[in-house]
Amino acid sequence: METLLYLVFGLVALVGGVLVIVNRNPVYSALSLVLTMFAVSALYILQQAYFVAAVQIVVYAGAIVVLFLFVIMLLNLGDQGNLPAASGTRRFVGALLGVTFAGIVGAVVWEYASTAGPAAAAAGDIDHTKSLARVLFQNYLLPFEVVSIVLLAALVGVLALIRTHGRGLDSSEADNV
Amino acid sequence: MSDFAICLAVSAALFTLGVVGVLVKRNAIVVFMCIELMLNAANLAFVTFSRQHGTVDGQIFVFFVMAIAAAEVAIGLSIIVTVFRNRASINVDDVTMLRR
Amino acid sequence: MSTLLIQIVVALAKALFIILLVLTAVPILVWAERRVSAWMQDRHGPNRVGPAGLLQPIADGIKFLTKEVLIPAHVDRKLYLAAPVILLVPSLMTGAIIPWSKPIPADSALGGLLSAVNWAPDGIPFQVAQINVGVLYFFAMASLAVYGIILAGWASNNKYTLLGGLRASAQVISYELSLGLAILSVLLIVGTLQLNTIVEWQAGGMWMVFAQPVTWVIFTIAALAETNRAPFDLAECEQELVGGYHTEYSGMTFATFFLAEYANMTMSAALNVCLFWGGYTFFGLEQILPWWITFGIFLAKVAAFLFLFLLIRWTFPRFRYDQLMRLGWKMLLPLALGNVVLTALGLAAHEMWGVPLWPALIVGQVALIGGVALVSVMRTKAESAGSAESQARA
Repeated sequence: METLLYLVFGLVALVGGVLVIVNRNPVYSALSLVLTMFAVSALYILQQAYFVAAVQIVVYAGAIVVLFLFVIMLLNLGDQGNLPAASGTRRFVGALLGVTFAGIVGAVVWEYASTAGPAAAAAGDIDHTKSLARVLFQNYLLPFEVVSIVLLAALVGVLALIRTHGRGLDSSEADNV
Repeated sequence: MSDFAICLAVSAALFTLGVVGVLVKRNAIVVFMCIELMLNAANLAFVTFSRQHGTVDGQIFVFFVMAIAAAEVAIGLSIIVTVFRNRASINVDDVTMLRR
Repeated sequence: MSTLLIQIVVALAKALFIILLVLTAVPILVWAERRVSAWMQDRHGPNRVGPAGLLQPIADGIKFLTKEVLIPAHVDRKLYLAAPVILLVPSLMTGAIIPWSKPIPADSALGGLLSAVNWAPDGIPFQVAQINVGVLYFFAMASLAVYGIILAGWASNNKYTLLGGLRASAQVISYELSLGLAILSVLLIVGTLQLNTIVEWQAGGMWMVFAQPVTWVIFTIAALAETNRAPFDLAECEQELVGGYHTEYSGMTFATFFLAEYANMTMSAALNVCLFWGGYTFFGLEQILPWWITFGIFLAKVAAFLFLFLLIRWTFPRFRYDQLMRLGWKMLLPLALGNVVLTALGLAAHEMWGVPLWPALIVGQVALIGGVALVSVMRTKAESAGSAESQARA
């Protein structure tokens, strides 16, 4: 029963991933990406990572892909955006590298999965979010603070990047942040 | 096939799709989406191993990855917008100034 | 297995009931909107169909249903038809975590019937899903609604709709931050993400709004912006963008947008009531009242909020785009950040030095209001000094 759900959502994730590449229209690619995000979030839920699953939707589907769509609409490319995939040698090399990579990773996964590894931890009745927070703010406090600085740097970097020379920011451009 | 193996296989396949997409696509925005695919694949692997080992450390890493992904998207998209303003194109093959 | 089956059936029944409830609320809300706006503008409003015009929404509904759904030739057909549904579904899904009344006790007629075949000895929660990341789930679903607007704007292939979609996406991303931070300070105090626990925490009249008035104001403003409700309805402002993102829609597809807007409003009001106004509780009375009266209390609170939203819509003029961004990024966001810090400090004082909780929180809120007042006074002074200087120079 549960394995079936894993299979279904795994398949949906892969279909979404394929559609991101196959679609010529960037808007459709973005929507396929949302599909993948949802399927991956469902896989998180199946593995009882509820908090991560919710954050996945909030951050990826709710913010990042909306930002993608915003930029697609802002540039308003029309047909110019529907670039065909690279042709000839690059496509061939891409496919070759992809297959090689999939083979290597697949072999590793196969190896690891057949040795079964440590048994899956029993689903505790603990407050999941609280235990997560405890680990985050005790063991990983320094990385947490570093990440906040990275975000600040990104904010400043974006403002510096989109600044147009001479007249500073005007309000419509400030929204790209 | 165990649930664990399914998740790892999906993660690996998603990562591969991301790699292929970055190599094959020419629209800079879609190339960025493929990078997001790869990050998602890594996150899935983190969560899967975290469950397998019975600790939450892997899930913590997912948060860090998400935060970095948000920063990266903000910077990346503003680079794309700037490039588009200067060259009126988002084709990655058109941005070859540094090569010469 | 059979227990699982019964659980599924009960959950489905609850979900169906809630969806029907919201969809019934929408026509009433449309009628209320038209009557309230008429009342505020000193006119009559619809009063011909049925008593006081109550049947007007039904007549409108029949009109929408029988109208032709015109699909313009230049649209992206698939997304054009999907967009209204994408807008409606998340807003209905958010209803799953709202606790609509106190748990239905096992000794009542309905509760007995359910518990005879069921698993819950201490009553059945009137809530479709008690998930342990409840508030985050609501937040996630609410942030998806913007896809409907963006896709409608893009798929219609029209510059006005595109501008509407563009505005909506920027607006929702901007106000989501303040919304999340406002919710965060509530979560800090209660220490859980489960909505039913948050409501139970406020039982006995200790409603969150009494301890966190500033948070409530931030949350309400941000929630109004999230639901694209006036004065934040820039995505559909008639004077600038014809009809905004739904310019190209007609008949039932247009009605679906309407439905989604009001369903969104209802859910946002319901969350507001749950987080800040005690949900179904009423100063301890919910202990003795039967469950269906607590359900009525909840609905009454939500109705009061919807009325407030109507009053706001017909009182305030629409923001300009740059004003909207300034309010979101330069006022609400710093305020919400300061609020989280002061709330955390208050909680720390409560836990470390044993300061009573409510005074500790209230001091933080007063400090925040004082800070805002100080900043605005200084800014006004600086501005008037600047203008005096420029006048003197002239």
